[in-house]
This record gives sequence, C-alpha cells and structure tokens, in this order.
Amino acid sequence: MMTLREALEILAHHRGQRIVIATMSSASVWPSLSDTPLDFIYVPSAMGQGPSLAHGLALAQPERGVIVLNGDGCMLMNLGCLVTLAEHPANVYLLIIDNGLYEVTGGQPTPGAGRIDFAALARAVGIARVYSYDNASAWRAGAAEALTGPGPVVIWLKVEGRLGQSAPKAPRPMAEQIQRLRQAITEQIPEPPS
Amino acid sequence: MFDGPSVVAALEDCGVTHVVWLPDSDIGRWEPALRTASCLQLLRVCREGEAIALAAGLHLGGKRPIVLIQCTGLFEAGDSLRNIVHDLHLPLFLVIGVRSYHAHQRGASTDSCPIFTEPILRAWQLPYVLLDDRHRAADLAAAYRQAQAKNQAFAVLLPE
Repeated sequence: MMTLREALEILAHHRGQRIVIATMSSASVWPSLSDTPLDFIYVPSAMGQGPSLAHGLALAQPERGVIVLNGDGCMLMNLGCLVTLAEHPANVYLLIIDNGLYEVTGGQPTPGAGRIDFAALARAVGIARVYSYDNASAWRAGAAEALTGPGPVVIWLKVEGRLGQSAPKAPRPMAEQIQRLRQAITEQIPEPPS
Repeated sequence: MFDGPSVVAALEDCGVTHVVWLPDSDIGRWEPALRTASCLQLLRVCREGEAIALAAGLHLGGKRPIVLIQCTGLFEAGDSLRNIVHDLHLPLFLVIGVRSYHAHQRGASTDSCPIFTEPILRAWQLPYVLLDDRHRAADLAAAYRQAQAKNQAFAVLLPE
C-alpha cells in the first residue's frame, strides 16, 4: 500500500507536458506538487465526471495527453466512461486512486470496496493498456512505462485511506483556471506522446 | 420538420465539430447522416451526464460540440448540467427530444416527460426554445449561432 501523496509524487515526476485534471481527494494534494496552467483542479465538479471532461479535452487536443486523477468512489458513479473511452480512443491516462472510501464525506466505505477489480473492468470494455500497482516501489518502477505511449491507459493505484479529510478547494477561481488552461494549450506546443 | 441530412448540413454550416449523443427513437433517425458527416464527429456515450462533461472537455480544448439527447437523459444529467453551465460557465448547446410531447398535447398520453421538461430547464436556469414541426434545420442553426454569439448555454427542445 502507498499513501496518496506518495502516489502523486511519483506521477509528478512523469507527467511531462500533459494536462493533469485532479478531482476530490487528489485535488487536495496535487496543487502542492504542481501548480502550472496545465494543472486543472476540477473543484467544484460534477460527481464522477472528471474522466469524461478529460476525454473531451484529449479528443480536442489529440497531440497532448490528459491525465485524470479519479477516486474509486467517483469511478463507480460513471463506469460507463470506460466504455466510451474504449469506443473513442484518445490520449487519456486515467488513474483510479482506490482507497475504498468516500474520503471527503467522512470515510464511509464505497460499495464493493476491496472486491472490485478495476483493471479487469477496464480490460473487459476493450482498453488494452491497463496497469495495477499496490505499493509505491512497484508504481515507481512502472510509472515510466505506464505513462509512455498512446492512450487510453488505465492505471489502478491502491492507496491508504485517510480519515478526517475535508472537501478540497481549488487554488484559484474556476474562471481563472479555465483561462490559464486555454492559454497554455494555445501557447505551448507539446511533444506528441511517444 | 427536421431530418438527418438537413440537420447535419446546418450544424456543419455553423462550424459544429462534434455531436455528443445518446439517441432516442426520433432523433435516432439522424444517425446515418451524423455517422457519415464529413465535417463533424459523432461521439456515442453511455449516459447523458457523461455527454455533457465530454462536451465540456471539447469546449475547453477549443472545439465546438453540441449535445443531442432525450429529455429522460436531461433528467439524469442535472449535476453535470449544473456544474458545466453554472460553475464552469461554458456555452453548452443542447438539443433535447421531448418524449410524448404531441400525444400529451392531444391528451393521449400519461407519460410525465412533457410535464417536467420545461420546468426542469427553467429550474436549471437554462434558456431554451421549442422548435416544432413548423421549423426547419435553419432555425436550429439560428438558435446555435445566437447562443454562441452571446457566449450563452442554451437548449433547443424538439417535440416528439
């Protein structure tokens, strides 16, 4: 098992010039690791819709990958997004950060916590590049491979649950985040995912 | 009256790049025209809340999508609609089929869809227009252009 912060620190080393969309618990940690215009803290959000937002962005900007940090609870609210991602492939790197809890509401267990195989779900809908890591050493060793090459990629990370967390806040207003992101997309020419 | 080829032509003329949809039995007839359109891409999704979020991502990335769904899906998609229209302030354009509208007008249906569609749009503070059989695809295009000029989210209702 690894902590959420450990998982995201490893990601921060490998995200390159990709857009990162952070939701829920990840949104409370990611800004302390990266706060560039390509970091989009999706707060306030529509429940479970982070992957779909990322998918649209990736389809609009095919040369630029989009990483989305999604919890297991959010994932369960929108499992159909996996099917849509397989139907319309794009450079989406979906990290399912599984702590088995609704962390920001007080740590209640998510349905099926500890029993759901998110990797099998992703493979079953036709996503070929699927990775699973349940400790920091394995994730650190595998991150470069998982995050290299074209999407869609699903990465299932098992992390420790945290209790006593409050709802995340964005570091700046949504309008400013959108303006920064659009400007960065326009001005920064990315290298294509290799 | 709307049909697939005229709707596709109107959307392409407006510069629409993507149609994100979940069809119903009426707008579903447009599928061959949408699927074979040269200048716009048809994106099939599993639920309507997802359609709205995916369209929002396209918007953020500089594209010009519309969402094409039935009112039943609108009822499901409230949280996405609220977030994208009122938190992200994106000028989402939705075309929504209203199930059983004509039968309801004749008193020949007990379907609750026509009862709730317009009140729900008003509750979500989403401006809309209802285009019936007297209207043409050009009217749909005009509604799209007007909403985009105002940078405003907007819905077109199509009675079924």
